[in-house]
Amino acid sequence: MVMQGGGAGQLADDAATREIAEAVKQRSDSMGTQEMVLNVGPQHPATHGVFRLLATIDGEVLTDAEPVIGYMHRGYEKLVEARDYRQITNLVSRMDWLSGINNELPLAMVVEKMMGIEVPRRAQYLRVIMVEMNRILNHLMFFASFGAELGAITPTFYAFREREDIQRVLEDVTGGRMHFGFMRPGGLKEDVPRGFYASALAAVRQVIARLPDYEDLLIGNEIFKGRTIDVGILDKQTAYNYGVSGPIARGSGIDMDVRKDEPYLVYDEFDWQVSTAPNGDCFDRFWVLVHEVVESAKIVEQAIEGIPPGPILGKVPRVVQIPEGEAYVRAENSLGELGYYLVSDGDKKPYRLKIRTPSYNNVSALPPVLRGTLVSDMIAILGSFFFVLGDIDR
Amino acid sequence: MYEISMFGLSVTITAWQLLIVKLIVILTVVPVGALAGGYAMHKELGHLQHRLGPMYAGGFHGWAQTLADGLKFIYKEDIIPERADRRVFTLAPAVIFVPVILLFLVIPIDRTLIIEDLDIGLFYLLAIGSVGVIGVLMAGWSSANKYALIGGLRAAAQLIAYELPIVLSAAAVAMLAGTLSITGIVEAQDWPFLLWPPGIGLLAFLVFLVGNIAEMNLPPFDMPVAESEIITGAFTEYSGMRFIFGFFFAEMAHMVAFSAIAATLFLGGYRPIVPWGPLEAIPGILWFFGKFAFMFFFIVWVRFTFPRLREDQLQKFAWKFMIPVSLGLVLAAGAWVLYAPEQLWR
Repeated sequence: MVMQGGGAGQLADDAATREIAEAVKQRSDSMGTQEMVLNVGPQHPATHGVFRLLATIDGEVLTDAEPVIGYMHRGYEKLVEARDYRQITNLVSRMDWLSGINNELPLAMVVEKMMGIEVPRRAQYLRVIMVEMNRILNHLMFFASFGAELGAITPTFYAFREREDIQRVLEDVTGGRMHFGFMRPGGLKEDVPRGFYASALAAVRQVIARLPDYEDLLIGNEIFKGRTIDVGILDKQTAYNYGVSGPIARGSGIDMDVRKDEPYLVYDEFDWQVSTAPNGDCFDRFWVLVHEVVESAKIVEQAIEGIPPGPILGKVPRVVQIPEGEAYVRAENSLGELGYYLVSDGDKKPYRLKIRTPSYNNVSALPPVLRGTLVSDMIAILGSFFFVLGDIDR
Repeated sequence: MYEISMFGLSVTITAWQLLIVKLIVILTVVPVGALAGGYAMHKELGHLQHRLGPMYAGGFHGWAQTLADGLKFIYKEDIIPERADRRVFTLAPAVIFVPVILLFLVIPIDRTLIIEDLDIGLFYLLAIGSVGVIGVLMAGWSSANKYALIGGLRAAAQLIAYELPIVLSAAAVAMLAGTLSITGIVEAQDWPFLLWPPGIGLLAFLVFLVGNIAEMNLPPFDMPVAESEIITGAFTEYSGMRFIFGFFFAEMAHMVAFSAIAATLFLGGYRPIVPWGPLEAIPGILWFFGKFAFMFFFIVWVRFTFPRLREDQLQKFAWKFMIPVSLGLVLAAGAWVLYAPEQLWR
């Protein structure tokens, strides 16, 4: 069957017509087919934002796919050059809007590294608690959206109910729901309110108690397995080549987690595992995501139990002015490795801040995975690559 | 001249008057049924998902929500894409919606409460029930939109795959009942076919259920309208009235009609669930609505629990599993009719 993109019927150009006829004739099957370009996005429910995928399809099979990004470019790397470091904290919080605190943390860390500020242990513990709770929020969000993309709407609402419990705790502490702005070079903006430990522990335990049910609802479902197992396989080598990190890399069997490999804060004091899965298909990526929620909850529990007394802010000069030099700090964001490369010329503002965001690298590995899959698989793969648009374009 | 006696009243009317009465009834029952079904679905969905569902429109538990939704769509602009095939595009929602209305003609609500007791009622249901897909294909083809085209073709492929199991399972019912008349089928069910003959009825019910869920494009077989993939498929370009009638309203009415049909064919319609004296005393209309409500609850439950299958998985499931099973079913039903001792029948 010849698929005509609107208006192709009125081809006036003889040469073009002949070319098409030739191409149709060359097909060995009795019914000549023609490829068509399906423009997925920038406005499409499965792309979680203004992400565009130029998919060339033959029937329902994708012969090629090209991600087009940049619709949400806000020029953060330039904007930060005109702001001091506390202002930047609030700016980078908006990059990956699902894990604001996770974005703020490495920025504070790079400033501390260059200024030689020592962060009190209590602040480090609190940072771990906040970051891990933020990670749970982020992972539950993707749990919800992946289910919805595969057509199961109900898990979305269950996941959002759990998110709300944690969201409320974080709101009590920071006053924000998405952009927390809570990290400061040297520690935290302010101390946690009374009753924080109990409510945080309760919220996290609630999630862990209910998670098995949700897991059964999705992971245990035959249709879900049929839709995700052996679909969209990202092999180890491709993942390495494209610099893929985070749950997606771990779903491809790469045991890689900055929290373990290069422990920062106090991560080496807790007992937890890096979840990995060997196959690199959609199911494995999702499995890793769900199991990371459990690991994060473990860390939060241990951190709350072992938190030492002390101040929440180290000795920070009144004006944060970084001496000339450069430094790179990386940390495990919810979606992978987040790095800040800071160059300072001795001013109150950065000379240059290069941001390495996880989603950007992860999404670049899409074309080799998408080639040869079906349109429905494309949605499953997009959903299982767990990207945030603001994190890609920033 | 016809004499109608109902609820202890008796009136004599002409054939024309009867026709008008029937038209009024059907044109009231279908929209009201669809609206009530929509409301029930939203409420059930709300409770399944730990939320309240509609609560404000109309006051009491948001009873007027579906009405308000419908009105909102009526006020919206009717957009026809520039490159669309105008006539086909505008006709498609009617082709989808009208057959769904016609389904209600032959469903008996009680022994005498039926619009038209056709002798070939079952055949009529099967034939009319699948006309709507032509409308979906028309909508998909005429929209001049790639997503709509994919949706339309998926719907067509789905119809071809799932019409066969539906027809075969219905054929098994017709063989067991020995008639194509819907009231005849209900009268044949001293025990509902779901329970008796053992196994055959249950299997026929399951095949019929799965086939119809696929034909109605409900999850887990909603690939033709997959919201997250091809954005309601064939209806991507529709807006306002045409969207609501061609898509939401038709889908709702189809769900209501299917629940009624399944309740009639397999659960014994207006007859009690087991032939036992005290149960016979309950009015047939209550039995019917009870069974209907159960079926409706069930398909909404399924609809919002499962993820979506993939198109090729659906085709495999249809041709490699459903159709062989339903062929075996027809064989089993035939064997039962031929060889089972008479006293076992009822």
